[in-house]
Amino acid sequence: MNAPGVLQATGVIAAIAAMLGAALGWAAGRLRPNADPLVERIDALLPQTQCGQCRYPGCRPYALAIARGEADIDRCPPGGDATVRALAALLGRDPRPVDAAFGKPKPPQVAFIDEERCIGCALCLPACPVDAIVGAPRYVHTVIESQCTGCELCLPPCPVDCIELRALPVVTAPHAAAAMAPA
Amino acid sequence: MAARNRFPAGLELPPHKALALQHGIQPAPEPARAFVAMDQGSGHAATPAIAVGERVRIGTRIARATHANGTPVSSPVAGTVVSIEEHETASPAGRGLCIVVDNDGSGVVDPACEPLCWESMPPYEVLARIQDAGIAGLGGAAFPAAAKLGAGRAHEVTHLVLNGAECEPWICCDEALMRERAADVLLGARVMLHASGASHCTIAVEDDKPEAIAALRAAATDPRMQITAIGTVYPAGAERQLLHAVTGMEIPHREHPPTVGLLCQNVGTAAAVARLVTTGEPAIRRIVTVTGSGVGRPANLDARIGTPLAELAVACGGYQRDPRRLIAGGTMTGRALETDEVPLTLAVMCVVAATAADLAVRGAEMPCIRCGDCARVCPAGLLPQQLHRALLAGDEPLLERHGLVDCIECGCCDYVCPSRIPLTARFQRARAASSLRHEERLRAAHLRARFERHERRMAEAAEAERRAFEDARRRARSERGG
Repeated sequence: MNAPGVLQATGVIAAIAAMLGAALGWAAGRLRPNADPLVERIDALLPQTQCGQCRYPGCRPYALAIARGEADIDRCPPGGDATVRALAALLGRDPRPVDAAFGKPKPPQVAFIDEERCIGCALCLPACPVDAIVGAPRYVHTVIESQCTGCELCLPPCPVDCIELRALPVVTAPHAAAAMAPA
Repeated sequence: MAARNRFPAGLELPPHKALALQHGIQPAPEPARAFVAMDQGSGHAATPAIAVGERVRIGTRIARATHANGTPVSSPVAGTVVSIEEHETASPAGRGLCIVVDNDGSGVVDPACEPLCWESMPPYEVLARIQDAGIAGLGGAAFPAAAKLGAGRAHEVTHLVLNGAECEPWICCDEALMRERAADVLLGARVMLHASGASHCTIAVEDDKPEAIAALRAAATDPRMQITAIGTVYPAGAERQLLHAVTGMEIPHREHPPTVGLLCQNVGTAAAVARLVTTGEPAIRRIVTVTGSGVGRPANLDARIGTPLAELAVACGGYQRDPRRLIAGGTMTGRALETDEVPLTLAVMCVVAATAADLAVRGAEMPCIRCGDCARVCPAGLLPQQLHRALLAGDEPLLERHGLVDCIECGCCDYVCPSRIPLTARFQRARAASSLRHEERLRAAHLRARFERHERRMAEAAEAERRAFEDARRRARSERGG
C-alpha cells in the first residue's frame, strides 16, 4: 500500500463530502418547509374554537406550546377527551382526562346578543377570535350564529352584560346517509 | 341496449310487487286529524309558522324552511291547528316536531294555490315556486327538488335523468304512477328541463315494468324525452348506479352528479312538480305502497301527508295474519317501526306489514370467513370485508381509504353474507359518525382560516396605531424644536 494513494483517496472523499455538505446546508436554508409539520398536525386535531381556555391565545399557539413541550395535552375542554386521545396517539403519550383546572367540557353553544340591551359599544367585536359578531359603534350588534364557536371571549368586554350563551341542538345522526340510499 | 344497461354487481331479488299492483292507485281517505311532521325526511326540520288555534286550508304554508336542504311544509287538510307537539315519526331520529291539524272535512283549498304559467316564467322563479311548495325527492331521501335543480343550473348540466327504476322489493308506487299518470311524469320532466336548463331527459325504467314503459312511450310527445329500459337488478335505482347504467359516467368520490353534467330526479317528484304547475297544489300528498302479507288488500294509495300509517292500513283492509313487523320503506333499506301511529311523510314510499312468512329468520352472527361474496355484489365497488375489518379495528384512516363514504347502504353485502354479519347496520353507524367527523374537520379548517384572518387584521391595526403614534410624537417634537 502506498502512502500517496491513501492521501489522494482521502482528499477526493473529503472534497466530495465538503461539496455535498455545502449543498445540504444550502438546501436546508432555501428549501425549509414553511411551517413546523408537527405544529400543523397538532393544530389539525384541535377544535379551533379559539377560546383560550388552555391559557394560550388560540388553538395554534397552544399547538406550538405542545410541540415545544411547554404545555401538556390535557388543556382543551372544548375538544374533550376525544382530542386528548387523538393528541396522545399522535405524540405517543398516554391519554388522560382533560385537566379540570382548565374548564369542563360543555355542550355546543353559541353567543346571543340581547339587542334590546346592546348599546353598540363595539367592544365585543375585536374580542371575537373568528369575527362572528357584526356591528359598528352606536349600532346594534348581532352574532352570526353559524360562525360562532361559543368561546365566551365576548362576555368579559361587554359593559352591559347583554351577551349570553345558548345551547345548540346536538347533532347525533346526520341524514347524509339517507340521501344516498337507493329508491 | 337493455342488456348493456346494468352495472356488474348487485342482486336479483324476488320483486313481491304484483300484490299491490293489481288494483291501481286508490285514493286514501283524508285523515280526521293530520300529524304534519316538520322533518319530511330530509333531516332538516322546518320551523312552524303558525299558531295553535289558527284555521288553515288545504295547501296553506304552515312551516318555513330554516335550512338550505330543508323544505317548507303546507297543510294537507283544511281545519284548525290543535297543537304543535313532539310525535313519533318515521325519521331515523324517532320522534320529531309535528303540527297537528284537525280536519273539518270542508276541503277548502287555499286561494294561494294557483296554476303556474311556467313556460313564460324565468327558471329562477319556477325554482322558487317549487321550493316554496315544499316539493322534495319522493324516492326516499326527501331532498329539496329545487335545490337539486338549482345546483344543476349552476353547473350547467345537460342531461336530466328521471329515476323510475324502483328496484327495491315490495315498493311499486312509482310503477303504479308511471302506468297510470305517465302524462304527469312527462309534464314534470318538461318543467324540470326548463328549471334546470338541461337540454334532454332520459326516463330510466327497469325492464321488468313493460306496462310502465309502454305508458310513458305512449305519452311522450316531446322529442327531448327518451324512455330507456335498464336491466333489472337491485339496486339499479341508487342514484350513482342508475346514472352509470344510463350514461356510462361515474360520479367522482365526494362529488354530486351536477359536477359531471348530470341531474337525477325521481319520477314521483316530476309528477309532484306537474301537479304544482297544473293545479298549484304543493307537496301535500304522495303515492305510497301499502303491502306485505300482513294487510288485507295491498294497494298503492294516493294519500295525504300526515295521515297515520294505521289509517292507511285500515284503508287497505286492515291487518291480518298476525304481522310481525311494520317497515317504512322497502325490505332492504327500510326502517322497522315501533308503532303504526306514525304519520306519512314525503320520504315514506312504502309500508310493509310483514308476517313471519315474509321475514327470513336471521341466525346468530359468525366470524367472517373472507369468502368475498360481499365484494362481488357490492354495487359501489367496495370491499365490505375489508371495511368491516377496519371498522372492528377502529381504524378511521383505513375506513376512509376503503371508501366508506361511497357505501350506499343498500344491504346487498348483508344479504349474501354466509356468516350473517350485520354489515350494513354497522356501516350505517360508522358512516354517520365519519360524516360528522368530516363536517367537524371542514368547520375547524374554516374557523382556523377566520382566526388567522382576524389575527392578521388585529396585528395590522396595532401596527398602524403604533405608526400613527410615532408620527404624532415626531411631529410634536419637531414643532417644539422648531
